[in-house]
Amino acid sequence: MIIDKRVPTLADAVQGISDGAVVAISGFGEAGNPTELVHALVEQGASDLTVVNNNAGTGQLGLAKLLAAGQVSKVICSFPRSAKSVVFQDLYKAGKIELEVVPQGTLAERLRASGAGIGGFFTPTSASTPLAEGKETRVIDGKDHVLELPIRADVALIKADKADPWGNLTYRKAARNFAPNMAMAAALTIVQARVIVGLGDIDPEQVVTPSIFVDRIVEVSDPVSEAAALLEQANA
Amino acid sequence: MSTPISGKLNRDQMAWRVAQDIPGGSYVNLGIGMPEMVANHLPDDRQVIFHCENGILGMGPVAAPGEEDFDLVTAGKKPVTAVAGAAFFDSANSFAMIRGGHLDIAVLGAFQISAAGDLANWSTGDAGTTPAVGGAMDLAQGARDVFVITEHTTKDGAPKIMPQCTYPLTGAGVVTTVFTDLAVIDIHKDGPVVREIANGLSFDDLQALTGATLTLDADCKALSAPAF
Repeated sequence: MIIDKRVPTLADAVQGISDGAVVAISGFGEAGNPTELVHALVEQGASDLTVVNNNAGTGQLGLAKLLAAGQVSKVICSFPRSAKSVVFQDLYKAGKIELEVVPQGTLAERLRASGAGIGGFFTPTSASTPLAEGKETRVIDGKDHVLELPIRADVALIKADKADPWGNLTYRKAARNFAPNMAMAAALTIVQARVIVGLGDIDPEQVVTPSIFVDRIVEVSDPVSEAAALLEQANA
Repeated sequence: MSTPISGKLNRDQMAWRVAQDIPGGSYVNLGIGMPEMVANHLPDDRQVIFHCENGILGMGPVAAPGEEDFDLVTAGKKPVTAVAGAAFFDSANSFAMIRGGHLDIAVLGAFQISAAGDLANWSTGDAGTTPAVGGAMDLAQGARDVFVITEHTTKDGAPKIMPQCTYPLTGAGVVTTVFTDLAVIDIHKDGPVVREIANGLSFDDLQALTGATLTLDADCKALSAPAF
């Protein structure tokens, strides 16, 4: 059997995502957002989703579009209050969506822990703050620590730069952010890559996400950038 | 206070003053807003490596118009550059640098600071505002030194350095030094100690603008900065 995780279309890539799924979506602001995969999920129609992302969507594309489509019942993120996160803010203020705010490093580590089979960890982050309320705490080395549990995702939607047919991935600049942690944390990791190269064309020394964490790959050679488009409009 | 204070610093001068206390060779994270201005005021001969929590070590200046790359942005999502020697990494690794005690200094803004060095900078507890924390709690807890840059009082003149914070905390006992437009104040075990004070302001004047009880350092100097 030849291993080949490539799928021909975005629709094939998101096939089978079920209602109620926990979907981790890579990206920080717009850097690393798998916008085309998210739009495919809008088309696919799964609902009652819990979305894990650093933010809660900006502008009108990507996660904002998924939120506007009414497919998301809960967002787990660190910072939902960006200037352009209008869609989320409206839903939240109308009481139509649940929000779990997690410190950014704790969010990344909860994903990593999930992918690494760790049942939880104690962190000093959020000790003595409202975000520690209701959580187990312990003094370690004289310092208050808070117990944080892994975030197990059913699906991860990831944007990569290069992929090979096995699913080895590289990323571009700061677009990497949460993607490697989410790829580990999900039962089904779906990748949109700018380019799919031949097996062996990524130097093993340069692989950032090894193929074992990846299930499906689709090539999106010219992904949309809402921020770049807005800047062009402003300069026109 | 109605009379202007002659030695009061403007925002660039405040950023300059913070920069003077950042030793060469430091790994430094600058929070969003006024902390970002600190990068503009480092002496040219002092090499410092800037960390950006979305996965950059060696962050350079903001990208020039036409050179923007939206895969390379600051924590505030502004297009930025990377210097020679920069590195990219994932978010878990980025926060391992912060939480693991590898980051020398975080420069953060503040709503309030307590006498014990508690920091409140993420929420006013206002029920009408969507809660959002970002990396603030990790930075407050993890950085070896936490420098706070803030006006000494709120726009309404209320003190920001308090006996205890009334806003929800970002972290307890985390602040090292507070740099305001009127003073430089180190948080010692037994409370805030004034290291520098603006010209035209007596210690009693400063205390009157401060909620927490201050101590005057025996070597207290004048707070001064070049004109910007």
